[in-house]
Amino acid sequence: MSDITRAEICVTACADLFAGAGETLASPMGLIPSLGAKLARLTAEPDLLLSDGEAFLLTPESTVEGWLPYRKVFDVVAHGRRHVVMGANQVDRFGNQNISAIGDHAKPTRQLLGFRGAPGNTINHRTSYWVPRHSPRVLVNAVDVISGVGYDHAVGPYHDVYRVITNLAVLDFDTPDHSMRLVSTHPGVSVDEVQKQTSFELTADDVTETRLPTDQELKLIRNVLDPDAKRDKEVPS
Amino acid sequence: MRDKRMTADEAVSTIKDGMTVGIGGWGSRRKPMALVEAILKTDLEDLTIVTYGGPDVGLLCAAGKIRKLVYGFVSLDTIPYDPWFKRARETGAIEVLELDEGMFQTGLRAAGHRLPFLPVRAGLGSDVLKYAPELKTVRSPYDDGEELVAMPALKLDVALVHLNRADKHGNAQYLGPDPYFDDLFCLAADRRYVSCERIVDSFEGPPQTLLLNRMMVDGVVEAPGGAGFTSCVPDYPRDEAKQREYAEAAAEGRLPA
Repeated sequence: MSDITRAEICVTACADLFAGAGETLASPMGLIPSLGAKLARLTAEPDLLLSDGEAFLLTPESTVEGWLPYRKVFDVVAHGRRHVVMGANQVDRFGNQNISAIGDHAKPTRQLLGFRGAPGNTINHRTSYWVPRHSPRVLVNAVDVISGVGYDHAVGPYHDVYRVITNLAVLDFDTPDHSMRLVSTHPGVSVDEVQKQTSFELTADDVTETRLPTDQELKLIRNVLDPDAKRDKEVPS
Repeated sequence: MRDKRMTADEAVSTIKDGMTVGIGGWGSRRKPMALVEAILKTDLEDLTIVTYGGPDVGLLCAAGKIRKLVYGFVSLDTIPYDPWFKRARETGAIEVLELDEGMFQTGLRAAGHRLPFLPVRAGLGSDVLKYAPELKTVRSPYDDGEELVAMPALKLDVALVHLNRADKHGNAQYLGPDPYFDDLFCLAADRRYVSCERIVDSFEGPPQTLLLNRMMVDGVVEAPGGAGFTSCVPDYPRDEAKQREYAEAAAEGRLPA
């Protein structure tokens, strides 16, 4: 299949986050990560558990297979069988994330959502981030407020910030000091461009190209999961 | 058995200046808006509001009722940010204790269990503890020796919640998919008021939908539509048009007509 879009590459990059997850609750925030989780469930990870974002666990056919109101989500968070993909108003070199406020927390220049579940998520189980507009304003040297905990503030036995997927690249923290590393750039994006859109220096030693979706994945994305192509609004080509 | 029926104004008349008031629901879902609107009509001030925040927070900010807000987030769900709350924060108009959502629940549980605190991992390493130095940690007395957050009890003077059905004695039922944390708010509070879509003589549906029993409730207010414009499924969904109207007016610093 041809004319593969950037959004579709982001969807499969998000699906790959769940490789090996098995019977784990996938909690994607935002459209592209949600499509990615559903795609993983339909392909490599049939055991994955998906919620409707409200109180139900749903099969790909939208049959209710479980009940998970917010209070039980907190139980799963503490129990640990969960991989959350959160958004980030800011994410920094060591994977700290901010969804709380820009500026001084006592009197912010911009109030955002609040800490939400970010502190508990990041200290309890695997966490990844989705950044639909990779820019120096989002990929900052140090976040204004630490909502999600990064490697330089990590404590306890369960901290695991896995990857950052952006509209330009896939990044992780697999370096000796757990600073951010460029894993792959999406087709058509250069390492220089990613670096230019990032406020701090990335480790970029063995950068590859993000893989293309398979024909089967493209069919699922285009015909089953997102026939109205809402993905192109989140990541324009 | 006691008949606990009363009006929204009567329920709210028990709140005094400076009290701590917990508000049930979640974001823009099943908020006790009729009870919140009753507060707006009073001269009450200096309230500490404890809630998973939605337009209840925005309206109380707009009316200048809040001295301090305890929350994990404030959102209108389909509209990410509440403009009144944003303005209150960005002008430094209110004091805040901003918590992780799970810490918030843990604090309600501690209060309901009459404990000074409960341990939780959430919060460690994050700026929750930096902005709330009154929150302490505790070390496990067992061999692991792990350091944990000692989440203090979120004790409430008054809890306000909205459910689908109630009887006149204070038993109350949710019919939607999520109980939210309304039972925990009631257990954490000295006085508890539930508004409901309809007062019934007997309940239909499975008994596990009976979230509140009469030990947990001091007053019952029949308020059809009393969660509007937030959702109260299956009785009604969120009124998105009304919510948009609210948010657009709020962005211009006024209340909807």
